[in-house]
Amino acid sequence: MKGELPRWVDLGLLPAVNLLAALALSSLVVLAIGVNPLAALAILVRGAVGYPEAWGYTLYYATNFVFTGLAVAVAFHAGLFNIGGEGQAYVAGLGATLVCLGLDALPGFLVVPLAILAAAAFGAAWGAIPGWLQARRGSHVVITTIMFNFLASALMTYMLSNVLLDPTYGSPETRHFAPHATVWKLTDIAARFGFEAPRSPLNAATLLALAAAAFVWVYVWRTRAGYALRTVGANEQAARYAGIDPARTIIAAMAISGALAGLMAVNEVMGSQQRMVLAFTGGYGFVGIAVALMGRNHPVGVCLAALLFGALYQGGSDLAFEISTINRDLVIVIQGLVILFCGALENMFRPALAAFFARERAAA
Amino acid sequence: MKNVALAALFAACLAGPAMAQNAPAVTFDVGGKFDRSFNQAAYDGAEKFKKETGVQYAEFEVRNAAEREQSIRNLARRGASVVVAVGFNNRSAVETVAREFPNVKFTIIDSVVELPNVQSVVFREHEGSFLVGMLAAMASKSGKVGFVGGMDIPLIRKFYKGYEEGAKFANPKADVLMNMTGTTPAAFNDPTRGAELARGQFDRGVDVVYAAAGATGLGVYQAAKDAHKLAIGVDSNQDHLHPGTMLSSMIKRVDVAVYNAMIGARNGTWKAGVTVLGLKEEGVGWSLDEFNRKLVTPEMEKKVNEARAAIIAGKIKVTDVTAAR
Repeated sequence: MKGELPRWVDLGLLPAVNLLAALALSSLVVLAIGVNPLAALAILVRGAVGYPEAWGYTLYYATNFVFTGLAVAVAFHAGLFNIGGEGQAYVAGLGATLVCLGLDALPGFLVVPLAILAAAAFGAAWGAIPGWLQARRGSHVVITTIMFNFLASALMTYMLSNVLLDPTYGSPETRHFAPHATVWKLTDIAARFGFEAPRSPLNAATLLALAAAAFVWVYVWRTRAGYALRTVGANEQAARYAGIDPARTIIAAMAISGALAGLMAVNEVMGSQQRMVLAFTGGYGFVGIAVALMGRNHPVGVCLAALLFGALYQGGSDLAFEISTINRDLVIVIQGLVILFCGALENMFRPALAAFFARERAAA
Repeated sequence: MKNVALAALFAACLAGPAMAQNAPAVTFDVGGKFDRSFNQAAYDGAEKFKKETGVQYAEFEVRNAAEREQSIRNLARRGASVVVAVGFNNRSAVETVAREFPNVKFTIIDSVVELPNVQSVVFREHEGSFLVGMLAAMASKSGKVGFVGGMDIPLIRKFYKGYEEGAKFANPKADVLMNMTGTTPAAFNDPTRGAELARGQFDRGVDVVYAAAGATGLGVYQAAKDAHKLAIGVDSNQDHLHPGTMLSSMIKRVDVAVYNAMIGARNGTWKAGVTVLGLKEEGVGWSLDEFNRKLVTPEMEKKVNEARAAIIAGKIKVTDVTAAR
């Protein structure tokens, strides 16, 4: 990969080109089933950002993706590929649920922060175990995190079917949390001030996501621990030579990664559903991988990529709703193409762009 | 170019509200409408309505928890004559949206929402499962019968418990083996694993297996056919899939429930409240048709029908594990 790209091309133009290529290919798929691709695109865009409620859903989905994307990004800086965001978030939901259901005798200003901490702690623990296995036992973190996703769902299905379920209904979900033991939705906040916000699951966890992004930036680039993290990621031998303990760094990185993924439960369990439901993670943990790839593992990039994926989720939902021949599977195909072009085929247009800008520079 | 875009937008607006005013609407659960089982039964009911009335219904297949409330609200907002939500997972979403739209009718399948504009339809799956459990025990030569469930959740245990009680009723010495397919919703769409579990049970001496696992069951039935054992279908009548090795199917008339809700909203006969469909209401039952006629002896048929009458009369009590504790 010869030839450095100007920064704005690397961060702005290249993702845009990838996105356009993905949309172009999607258009062909849409055309093949007999729908006008421009009409579909118009619905997709309008569905994502065209009215207030759409914004609510787009930002709500984006919040999930910021958390899971940051989780993947932090681990990636330590040279680890954390595929376990799904399981970490799922178990984190258990932490939040236990606090919200068990300690709801406490006032809201205590129970909500405690529940958020519990979510982060449970997620961190679920990430730290594969981290420990990698650091001390050499079990590859990709394998163990995948296995921990299954362990998480086994644990949670058991908990929801046997321990936590609301006995009045007998379906695998808990009772609703007490109103003071939830994260405020935008609709609730607006109602307090006497006006009506569009109906959506958007809640204060979105602010937490932005704070998490700022934290990741400070941690990775402005702290000693972050320096150690990046050094281990770049070259473990060199890190050891420099006096850094790679094992400790790896475990810490996986714990932080797990905690970030775990905070997704704040958005889903405490904010949106306000109770624990089966499989609330809904694949957001896996999409986080694509978000981190597209966002170049940088918090700003992750936030922007999360917004894009949030828009694709919400717009895609409207698309499936409006055009009966476009079902949810086709929406997944379109999202898959975006992931393919922005993630896996990241380097497809890079050589051409690099050559072009190298010529420009030579001419100038 | 601008004109093309405008035309496209215009076309989009035309294509948009694909539903006519006063058409019914249905949301399918994450399994998708072509799962050949639970959701497909709902789809069949909606299709029957469309065929008879010529009215195109609106539909949506949800992918995640957030979409439940969103899609049900969207359908209500567009003036659906009735919004049919398929699956127990929709309870909370229906409850929320039904409060927001007190003038819209809602029907929920497999759960109960007690609001003046909601019709709840629940089935007594344990009763139907009891009957096929009897059939299994009577058809078994080894005295060992199997059960393959989707996930270990209360709804699936309800099927299992009824089946077990039925098998023990017909043959008190019967052994009932049970396996659950997985711990994620994917467990309802994993025929390969279903076939493995069925083969595992056959190796342990089982010769009749009942699957309550959505599309996973398709693997179970195939494995039974390959091993020359017997299988029992679920939700839809699946006897035609492998004539000769499908002993019967436990039919759950989700199609009738969806059809009734839609046609009722059209005719003005739709009523809010809880409808419980058991053997008595023919909401659940067992199948006997040309595909499995040869497998069911007159004696088996007689005994099962006697038990059916006894359950309806209240002389046999089948345990419902999901009943409020």
